[in-house]
Order: sequence, then structure tokens, then C-alpha cells
Amino acid sequence: MKYIDGFRNPAAASRLRERITDLAGTLKRSGRTATIMEVCGTHTMAIARFGIRDILPDNVDLISGPGCPVCVTEPGYIDAAITLAKKDAMIVTFGDMINVPGSDMTLAQCRAQGASIEVAYSPSSAVALAQQHPDREVVFLAIGFETTIAPVTTLVGTAAGKGIRNLSLLTAFKLVPPALKVLMADPTLEIDAFLCPAHVSAIIGSDAYIPYTGPKGVPCVIAGFEPLDILLGIEGILKQLINEKAEVENQYNRVVRPEGNIKAKKLMEKYLQPVDARWRGLGLVTNSGLEIRREYETFDARKKHNIKIRKGKEPAGCLCGDVIKGKLKPTACPLFAAGCTPDHAVGPCMISSEGSCAAYYKYSR
Amino acid sequence: MNSDTTIQLAHGGGGRLSRDLINAEIVSRFGQGPLEGLPDAATLPWNSKKMIFTTDSFVVQPLEFPGGNIGDLAVYGTVNDISVCGGTPKWLSMGLIIEEGLSISTLRHILDSIKTAASACGVVIATGDTKVVGRGQCDGLFVNTSGIGEAIDGFNLNQARIAEGDEVIASGNLADHGFAVLAARQNINIGSTLKSDTAPVHRLVEAVQEYACEVKFMRDPTRGGLASVLNEVVENRNIGICLDETDLPFSTGTKALSEMLGIDPLHVASEGRIVMICSHLITEKILTRWRNMPEGTGAMKIGTVINDKNRVTIKTITGGKRIVDVPRGELLPRIC
Repeated sequence: MKYIDGFRNPAAASRLRERITDLAGTLKRSGRTATIMEVCGTHTMAIARFGIRDILPDNVDLISGPGCPVCVTEPGYIDAAITLAKKDAMIVTFGDMINVPGSDMTLAQCRAQGASIEVAYSPSSAVALAQQHPDREVVFLAIGFETTIAPVTTLVGTAAGKGIRNLSLLTAFKLVPPALKVLMADPTLEIDAFLCPAHVSAIIGSDAYIPYTGPKGVPCVIAGFEPLDILLGIEGILKQLINEKAEVENQYNRVVRPEGNIKAKKLMEKYLQPVDARWRGLGLVTNSGLEIRREYETFDARKKHNIKIRKGKEPAGCLCGDVIKGKLKPTACPLFAAGCTPDHAVGPCMISSEGSCAAYYKYSR
Repeated sequence: MNSDTTIQLAHGGGGRLSRDLINAEIVSRFGQGPLEGLPDAATLPWNSKKMIFTTDSFVVQPLEFPGGNIGDLAVYGTVNDISVCGGTPKWLSMGLIIEEGLSISTLRHILDSIKTAASACGVVIATGDTKVVGRGQCDGLFVNTSGIGEAIDGFNLNQARIAEGDEVIASGNLADHGFAVLAARQNINIGSTLKSDTAPVHRLVEAVQEYACEVKFMRDPTRGGLASVLNEVVENRNIGICLDETDLPFSTGTKALSEMLGIDPLHVASEGRIVMICSHLITEKILTRWRNMPEGTGAMKIGTVINDKNRVTIKTITGGKRIVDVPRGELLPRIC
């Protein structure tokens, strides 16, 4: 905990705050603003939790992008999980998915009707449950970005190694860099810089952002999740904007290497292959997902149980797609805190613990 | 959506859904009279005196956890509900629902804990009931305790008296109970430092009797944690409460688990703490008194009542401000 406390030092935060105010002042004198998108849900939550928007000068705007893995997953995925649960499969999931609306109901509601839906804190629980219930089909809901993909993928190796045949993964993995490309290409978004994720970058490496920098790119600054990390990241971005640079800067170099985590990358490559993936808000993005390779398809729930993941039905009036894309601030959605609250969420951004709407609702109404 | 037709675990989590359920189904039927405002215990007229009466059921899993077990928890939980309503606990009832298959030695151990805990609090187990149900029809052991206490002279606890300038005190580290039970249940090993704070608070209450008239509110922050307690205080009032993040007392173990699991410790239960709101004139006096007692060594002033519209906020370490919302529930089922 000493390690964390060091990055939560109030005096250091206060000094950084002054430097950010000065830099923003310089930018302002040349009539400029800074629109910074954070593309990681953990950043979104940390920014809200530490009240960082509250201390930023008025010409610096932080907007949240498609950084919440639950939110970018379309309702049809939940529908597929519910279909499997109703066929008597035991569904194992991280808690975040439990209350996300599918086309007709949530997993929590399905569980209340008697389905076996187990919340796990670690993917290894799925292996344990499969071993404890050899007569049941166990399906792990495998969603997430690069950070989650690597550890979840080990399930395939473990199950294969132990000869476990009643475990499969319903995958909807997503990759961050292809999403950045879509966001930069959108003329309706005027993003001046990306605050790049901490953990995802630890896997993919800082070099992964090089294609998004340079003359046609924007500053890409990788920051950790502690408040001082985020403030340092913002400071780095403002400095680049003032100097009209667009480079990769790795503020989180205590963890992130230029090449990333080779071991994790190899593991992902061994079991998974690229696939076009649909994102809520961004639509179909080329090669932005990963699916289980054919050699391991007995662990692919889709193939094993012959189930299709369709688009599903978006809730009426829900603008989560625009929120995910950074086009709409959560508070600008007509449903925010009115028809849509964490208890009666219309869309996933309000229900997921990393959703932008949840962050705004929880911390800054 | 059918959250209206079926009970979900989140309805029991102490958060907003719990509150909605209780308001819709309990308060609507029984809410007039002593239940009004849902205090931890009812204050009832008894001849010329006032009697404090409360009940609580305990379904914690696992039955034994670092720092306590379902037995002492069941005694302290009810004792504390009476204490924070300004009463001296006197008599307890003990209802046991036992699952077929529970080992007699576990039962003995838990009953011994109940005996020790009751004696430490000066309460008598005056009546009880024992039921056994078939395997799978409960989970090891459920305990219900009801308690009767006598109102201590001088306290005039009333949320309506809370006003701008009052201060918020916590009697020690918060949230250790919830995290300790979770760690025990999930076999999360973060070293041996994290223990439940399960303990009686009656001595802390007795210790401030001298300042009783300046004490406006006391609560033991169980399910839903500090955030739920304080949000309830400001609800429908033209006041707010502002906490200071640097002053919040959390143990290293709680901070570590909270970071690991992404669970806000402000939402997590304590079972041996008091959250008090009092006039700023007596804050230091109470802190001094509490800090000289073993159960109050970690007492801290944690916040101030301010002129704001019914919300709880926190000044974070960056100097920014954010709101402190109530938890949704189902964070940690069956921790008490």
C-alpha cells in the first residue's frame, strides 16, 4: 500500500495542478483548447473518483471513449449467454456483466428465475466449477480488452492440459488500437490527444500507438491509474500540444515497455486469431476482435453449442453508442439520472462499473 | 424487466434497491409509529421510562471469520443497534435456525462465543428458540437476536437537529468487517493483518454521556457502509456532508482489498464502529475520550455538515470534489 500512497500524495497533486493550470493558460493565450479522450474505463472511473475534472482549467476537456469492455459488448451477446443458461449451462462471469441489459432481460434476472449464473473474481474459478460439476456444461463469458484477454486465454490451455471437456468460452474480445483508428477518422469528433490506458498498454506496449502519432496523428500519452499518474499524463499532453508535437509518451514506464508483454502476446497468438468485431457505438471494426483458433474450437462455446451472437435489440431511447464514441457527454443524454439510473439502467454505460454514465452518476452529478 | 416481480440478491445489499424494497413493502404497511424513519432500534414508552427495542438476523458466510464468528456478531449487532439509539442494552433473545449436518463442535464454539460476548456487554440471554431444518434448507446456521435496552438520560438523538457546522466522527477504521469476511469466503490471502472489527460499542456510547445533548446522531455503519448512513442523513434535507479523503480511517488490509477488487470501502460494512454527528463544540472532547479507550483508538473527525443540497461529497487528494453515492447492493452478500 505504501506504493499506492506514493501516487496519492496531496502535496504533489497540488504542485501538478498548478503546472497544469499554467500550461492550460499558455494554450489559452493562443486561443486554443485541449480535448483529451481517455480510452480506458479504469481511467474514466479514476478521473471521476479523484475529482480530476473538477480541478481542470476550463479550456481542458476530458472526454470518455470506448474504454468499458462491458459497454462496447452488444446486447446480442447477453442474449446468447441467456440462451445457454436456459439450456442448463452453468454461466461463469465477472460481476460486471450481471446487470447489463440484453434484448429482453439481464443475467441477474435470469438467475433469479433459477438459471445457474456464477460470479467469479478470477477466470480460474471457471476451471474449478467445471471440475466440481463434471455433469454440467460450464461457459465462461470471455469479454474484455487486451488486459483481460491474456489471463482468460490461459483457461483454454489449462482446460486442455487437465483434460476438462465441459468448459468453453463465449468470446467477445476487443482490441484497443483498431478503435483509436476509427475515432481519429471520425470527422465529428475533434480529439486533440489520447490519454492511453495503463494495463492494456502493459500488454501491447507503447510502440503500438506509433501509428496514431506523427504529422497526421495526435499526442498519445500512456498514464497509470493513480491520481498523480493521470495528472502527469495530462501535463504531458498539454506540453505536446503547446509544442505542436504528436508523439507517444510513456508516463507509466514503471510498468509499460515499448514492446509490451511478449509472453502474453505469444499466448494470445497461440490460442486466438483476429476477427472483425462489432462494437456498440463504433459498429463493425476490421480485425478489432479475437476469436479462438480452429485447433482449439472445442473450447469455443459458439461452435460447441452451435450458438450465434446476433446484434440484439438496443434499449429504446438509449444513447450509449454516442456516449461510448465520445460524441455525447453522459449528462447530455436525456435519460441520464431521469429514466436511466444504476438501479434501473437503460443502457450498459450506466450499469457497468467502468461505464462513463456510471462514473458521472456515481461521482459527479 | 422483472426486478419488480422477483427478489434479487441486490435487494438485500443495504443499498438503494434495499431501501426501495423496504419503503415499498415494509414502510408502506408498518411505517407509522415507531418504525417511522427506520431507526436502528425503536424507542418505546415503558411506564415512565423509555425502552429501546430492536431485532436483527445473521446469515454471515463463512460462520467463522478472522476476528469473530456468527455468534459474537449476533450479540454485538443487536447490542450496537441499541447503543447507537442511546440505550443501555439489557436483555437479548436468541433464535437459532440450524441446518441438518452442522457439527456439534461448531455449534458449541459459536454458543460459547455468544456467552462470552453477552457477558462482555452486560446483557442477559433471556429467551430463545432452536429450530433444525433439512440439509440445503438453510446454510449451516442462521441466528436471530432481538434486544431490549433502557434509554440513557441526556441523549436527544434526532436527525432533524443536524445543522450546518456540525461535525462527523468515526470511532475507528471503517469497512474491516466486510472485507475480512469477503477475504475469508473467497480465500483471498493478503497476509494476516485484516480482521473483522466486530465489537460492542456500548462503552463508547456510555463514555460520551456527559456531552449527550450535543450529540445529534449515532449509527453503526453496517450494510451499505458509511456512504449509506450519511446519504440517509442528508436525504430530503437542505444540508450536505463533506468528507475529507485524507482523514478517512482505513486499515492497510482494507485499502489493499478495496484496490484489488475495486470495491469502494465507503460502501462496506463495519460491525464495531460508531459514526457520530455532533456539534463542533464537542468534537475534540469526544475524540480525546474515545482515543483513550481500546475500542476507540482510531477515532477521527472525518467530515463536516455543510450548506449543500442533500448530497454527500468528498474532497479527494487531488483537491477536486466528487459525490459519495449509496451502493447499489449485492456488493458483498451475506456479510452479517
